[in-house]
Amino acid sequence: MQDDWVFIAFLLPLGMILPSVAILANRILGPHRPNQAKTETYECGMETVGDTWVQFKVQYYIFALIFVVFAVEAAFLFPWAVAYHRLALYMALEGVLFILILAAGLAYAWRKGALEWV
Amino acid sequence: MTLLQALFLFLAAVTLGAAIMVVTSPRLVHAALWLVLTLAGIAVVFVLLEANFLAAVQVAIYIGAIAILIIFAVMLTRRVMTDSGPQVNRNWWMAALVALLLFVGLLGLLLQAPQLGQATLQPLTNADAQLEDLGLALVDVDRYVLPFEVASVLLLAALIGAIITARPPDPKEVGE
Amino acid sequence: MGDPFGAIGQWLLDLLTGWGLAPALAAVLLKFLGAAVLGTAVLVLTFFLIWVERKVLARLQDRLGPNRVGPWGIFQTLADALKLVVKEIITPRGVDVVVFYLAPLMAVMSVVSLWAVVPLAPRLIGSDINVGVLYIVGMGAVGTLAIMLAGWSSNNKYALLGAFRSVAQLVSYEVPMVLSLILPTMLAGSMGMVEIVEQQRAVWFVALAPLAALIFFVSSIAEAGKAPFDLLEAESEIVAGYNIEYSGLVFGMFYVAEFLHGFTISALTAVLFLGGWLGPWADQFPLLGFVYFAVKTAVVYFCVIWIRGSLPRFRIDQVNSINWKLITPVALATLAVAAITDKLVPLLGWGRLPLHLAANGLIVVVTLFALRAYARSARRKLDARLDALHRRAQPASSTSGAH
Repeated sequence: MQDDWVFIAFLLPLGMILPSVAILANRILGPHRPNQAKTETYECGMETVGDTWVQFKVQYYIFALIFVVFAVEAAFLFPWAVAYHRLALYMALEGVLFILILAAGLAYAWRKGALEWV
Repeated sequence: MTLLQALFLFLAAVTLGAAIMVVTSPRLVHAALWLVLTLAGIAVVFVLLEANFLAAVQVAIYIGAIAILIIFAVMLTRRVMTDSGPQVNRNWWMAALVALLLFVGLLGLLLQAPQLGQATLQPLTNADAQLEDLGLALVDVDRYVLPFEVASVLLLAALIGAIITARPPDPKEVGE
Repeated sequence: MGDPFGAIGQWLLDLLTGWGLAPALAAVLLKFLGAAVLGTAVLVLTFFLIWVERKVLARLQDRLGPNRVGPWGIFQTLADALKLVVKEIITPRGVDVVVFYLAPLMAVMSVVSLWAVVPLAPRLIGSDINVGVLYIVGMGAVGTLAIMLAGWSSNNKYALLGAFRSVAQLVSYEVPMVLSLILPTMLAGSMGMVEIVEQQRAVWFVALAPLAALIFFVSSIAEAGKAPFDLLEAESEIVAGYNIEYSGLVFGMFYVAEFLHGFTISALTAVLFLGGWLGPWADQFPLLGFVYFAVKTAVVYFCVIWIRGSLPRFRIDQVNSINWKLITPVALATLAVAAITDKLVPLLGWGRLPLHLAANGLIVVVTLFALRAYARSARRKLDARLDALHRRAQPASSTSGAH
């Protein structure tokens, strides 16, 4: 059964090697004349001001967190969905209950303003 | 030494090496990347064990969600991208002792598992039937339906807790 | 006519075993060859896709598009690629070199790897793992990680900011995408792509779950970063986002990954909801099945380009509120309702298709009412604010003589 994965085991490295070949071609065919101005960080043509540090809004973290919760929920729901055609009605309802509990979580996040883009 | 065994040993070496690099990398950024490699190594171990579903879940959730969350958390708390802290503090010998005790304890526990005493293990049955059986088990009243629903409540609690902790500041306070 | 793909595969296998290789090794070598062919074909296809997109966009905008380089401008993309190849690769100061050059490779790998589980024709698929759908979710997430690494390693605060916004959008839209993917799994009883196609022989899943198909389509467009969700790579915004510091073909690799992603999601929509290679006589003539698959994918891709050429770009806060306040709740509702509906089919005795269509229609109607109520309350709030502004302006105008 692991032979199913052999193709993927070949495709993944090939997916990285093929673009590297292209980049290698670029390296060979392109000029190499680094100078001060070229290697400076781009800031619309001006000098950079201050450290390379960006105010990290907590918004980004909340989105990633909500995604983690829903991804784990999906990981539970996939086996349920695979077995769906063999389930009785009450078993399907248990899955629906699972979904509703997490929908309540989303509603809570909405009410508390955690979904706004500040 | 079959091909599978050789593959597993190589994979285990890569995973453990990456795990060591996670804790010894001076730059947090690099440590997060080594963590991604470790998680990928574990996903491949799952594939070797014919646990397709767990491998896919490992990649989708650990690498796809949790690694990104960790990287965000690193960036949330670090001022500069190249920030690096000291690698060891004064109590490293105590930490090493606790880690060793934990390892010995886990090893003892695993060696007592009954299946490990057998010479050969039964091969797993059809993978599709297994996945279906897992789904059935999750909603079967005699098996795992209660942990299934409790898991959703646990996720809800985690979500609410995180939102309360990380709630964005009041719009009135933000000077726009 | 038989099975050309199977025939070629068998001929190659016989050739390799004829040279003295063990059959198992020959099979593995054949898989390697298949992976190389698929990877190369998909990357070369991107050249053609970029040309198609430019031509179709141009026609939508009532102009001609590239038509100088080769007949109908076919070689335009090749010319652009050659231009990129001879550019200098600049490594900016202070970048993390390993991560900097790893990011585009990971981005391309994540998209190319999706093609391993796409059934191109009956009995022609790279890897028939029984968790194909979850594999798609996982490899899409690796692409998100690549963008984060690109912005991070560039040592440029605009790249970092662009990467944050990009990842925030991608991560947000994965939620409805994953939720809508549970529906074909439920209807087919398996996560394997081949099984999902086989289960659509009776009726395509787009008819059984139209809302899920729509949600998957829309959130995939957002995942691919195409308009109207392309704020992050729009030239006039945040100075080109996470790939500012990339030059030459390294930048080209990000471009390739993005275009290919757009085509890949069309292929996935065709497989998951439009029946893949299914069609009349597709079983007897697998080549015909491949043609059906290509046609369906092309139709969906045309819709993607059509949407790109027709809709204005969304603002970043609009992007987020559409996702969390409209698409995700509708996806959750669709999943819950479909789960209940499918179990009620034997009880009510209507027939599977009408019942599902009725349930989806119900969700649409409820959503429309909710949207209307939301729009009304928003308009009321806006009117209240305008009134307040007018009332504050009144006392001053009496002495100044302003209108």
